[in-house]
Amino acid sequence: MKRTLRFQRKYLCIPYVVFLVLFIVLPIVLIIFYAFTDNKGFFSFDALVDFFTTPTKISILLNSVFIALQTTIICLIISYPLAYFLANKKFNRNGVLITLFIMPMWINFVLRTGATRDLLTWLGINGGKVPYLATLIGMVYNYLPFTVLPLYTTMLKLDRSQIEAASDLGATPFQVFLRNIIPQSLPGVVSAATMVFMPTMSSYVISDTLSEGKITLFGNSIYISFSNSQWNTGSFLALIMLIIIFLSMLVTHRFSREPEARGGTW
Amino acid sequence: MEDNHIITLDHISKSFGDSLIVDDISLFIKKGEFVTFLGPSGCGKTTTLRMISGFEMPSKGRVLLNGKDVTNLPPYKRPINTVFQRYALFPHLDVYDNVAFGLKLKKVPVVIKKRNGKEVTKMKHLPAKVIDQKVARALKIVDLEDLEDRSIDTLSGGQQQRVAIARAIVNEPEILLLDEPLGALDLKMRKEMQLELKEMHKKLGITFIYVTHDQEEALTMSDTIVVMKSGVVQQIGTPTQIYNEPQNAFVADFIGESNIYSANMVDKRKVRFLNWTWDCVDDFEINENVDVVVRPEDVILMGPRTTNLIGTIKSKIFKGVHYEYTVIVGKSELQARDTRDLKVDSHVSIKIDPQNIQIMKKQYNINAFYDAYITKDNKVAMTDDEFECDLTQLLPGSKIDDDGYLVKNGVRYNLTDAPVAVEIEIKAIALSDDISASEVHGVIINSIWKGDYYQVLVRSSSEEDYIIDTQDSWNINDIVSIIVKKDDIKLRLKGDISKYEEDA
Repeated sequence: MKRTLRFQRKYLCIPYVVFLVLFIVLPIVLIIFYAFTDNKGFFSFDALVDFFTTPTKISILLNSVFIALQTTIICLIISYPLAYFLANKKFNRNGVLITLFIMPMWINFVLRTGATRDLLTWLGINGGKVPYLATLIGMVYNYLPFTVLPLYTTMLKLDRSQIEAASDLGATPFQVFLRNIIPQSLPGVVSAATMVFMPTMSSYVISDTLSEGKITLFGNSIYISFSNSQWNTGSFLALIMLIIIFLSMLVTHRFSREPEARGGTW
Repeated sequence: MEDNHIITLDHISKSFGDSLIVDDISLFIKKGEFVTFLGPSGCGKTTTLRMISGFEMPSKGRVLLNGKDVTNLPPYKRPINTVFQRYALFPHLDVYDNVAFGLKLKKVPVVIKKRNGKEVTKMKHLPAKVIDQKVARALKIVDLEDLEDRSIDTLSGGQQQRVAIARAIVNEPEILLLDEPLGALDLKMRKEMQLELKEMHKKLGITFIYVTHDQEEALTMSDTIVVMKSGVVQQIGTPTQIYNEPQNAFVADFIGESNIYSANMVDKRKVRFLNWTWDCVDDFEINENVDVVVRPEDVILMGPRTTNLIGTIKSKIFKGVHYEYTVIVGKSELQARDTRDLKVDSHVSIKIDPQNIQIMKKQYNINAFYDAYITKDNKVAMTDDEFECDLTQLLPGSKIDDDGYLVKNGVRYNLTDAPVAVEIEIKAIALSDDISASEVHGVIINSIWKGDYYQVLVRSSSEEDYIIDTQDSWNINDIVSIIVKKDDIKLRLKGDISKYEEDA
């Protein structure tokens, strides 16, 4: 008897598996392969030894983590109160304001960064004079919408009755904020922070454009390695980046899970 | 001002935008009392409670606490704690920290001796030991001693409720406010908690102010009940007073089962309704039109005899201890209770003890019908008078589908024969001598000149009375059409709309 090939539901995932293998698993395997071989294709620790013995490379890494952290914190400081007010129907009746804050995301990223550079130069915050400040401003400007949006959705869902309960139990408005509103909005803060920290770690267009090449971030050095055909060094740097992002996800996942087991921002 | 009035509401009103939610309420609450605000949803009871707790500022009037004006005091400065409708526990804290929330914020004056011998008073937080003791005691009162470390989401509804109560009473407030705290519990749990709350009230000795729409809950628990409707207090009294001597037809209808009729005082202590003259004990002016309420358990059914009013049993329902009978008398219905098993369609004579006939002043400011129902054509019927009405008002956001069912969010409601209470403003009714203008006709039985308008009483062919303010003069015994616009008919469903749900 001939076996007929019947359609089963599990076949639906074939495209996804193919995609996964081709574009995610295979590249990672390739990165690991290149990271631990030399340019002749033999197994070697050259790239590893080279990275940990070159102080400039380590300082670029630390510098990138530092800038990413700074960007994240500044974004949170700006967008937390902003989201709080935008979520209040009194200030933002029909959601027009929130759209205005999201709108920059609709414009091409490279184009936007070029415009930012021109604007900053015109304002006197010149990449040649103050490369660090210019980079930071560009980063914050670009990633602000990514923090406003998750915080805004969290603020919309704030449980008013909990806030009233805290006030009823004797908490002054400031104490209500500290002891109830912040804990309630923590999952939003965590997801906002991940949305900024991870991409700023790896971005290189912003720093490259705005600092006029004066600041090299980790993303830049990966790019430079590959454009100079140093595939092994570049792959090893990419691997380090992968590990850092994985670690930061572990940390944030822990944070966002604990306060609200049911909801989950992911 | 008496000393034992812990809360005084002095002519308070509250409006949101254009709608007046609370309309000039004045009342006082005595120290240690268990007071219940009772009324249908939207009657302003929760808003009143929120003005006592400080979450809403009255638009007009004052709130006094122990004789002191606290109208503008924010909630955190009032010695009042609330048990919220949905508990509003803090999910990021465990049971202990939820209960200790208020105590950890509290500061008490402590006298400290300085090195130079001077005594200074400083505000200090409570020591951890004291907090521990108080939390333990509060959790003991609500029977949750072993759950201190549990997280909130692992608790059942009843346990969360208890945590909410513990969290409020641990602060030793002067007043405990409870906003429909048992609404989310199932029936059995609710009955248990009612008794426990009552017990707790006795033990703690503080004032409880309770809000509910459940009349049975109010009757079981309260020392004093405040019945409210449309932002206005209808009656304040003990549960027995409210049940036995309702001040108007609304209270009679809302509290317990009742037969309500329009009646007329035909002689001294003689009242006429159901086409029969009854002896009664209330003394009203002769010829005055009144409302009469008779509780079903006060109707005595007997074998037919000629000296009594005769009715026919239309239907019966077995209720465990007794039967509930619907008796047809003329064109009206009468609800009665009896432990005996009587036959449907049999004739019975009806007797009511004079003291069980409660006579109430008729409210001339509104036409109210308490035994109306919805017909299968989505009209509202008072006995046989059918009017077009807008059913969507029973469920905000709903609409009528093509098949004539009320629908909202995909749920379909079949309201045929659903009992409703109907209110029509006296200015909203029009009369016409064109008989074809309406299907409902009546006879003018009274017309009084009120200075600049006539107040006319019309009795329809199915013996319902309508009061109308009109500029036109009508002659007694004129036959008229009674016209009411669809939007002027205000409906209130008896019981919850969920029981009319149908599978679409």
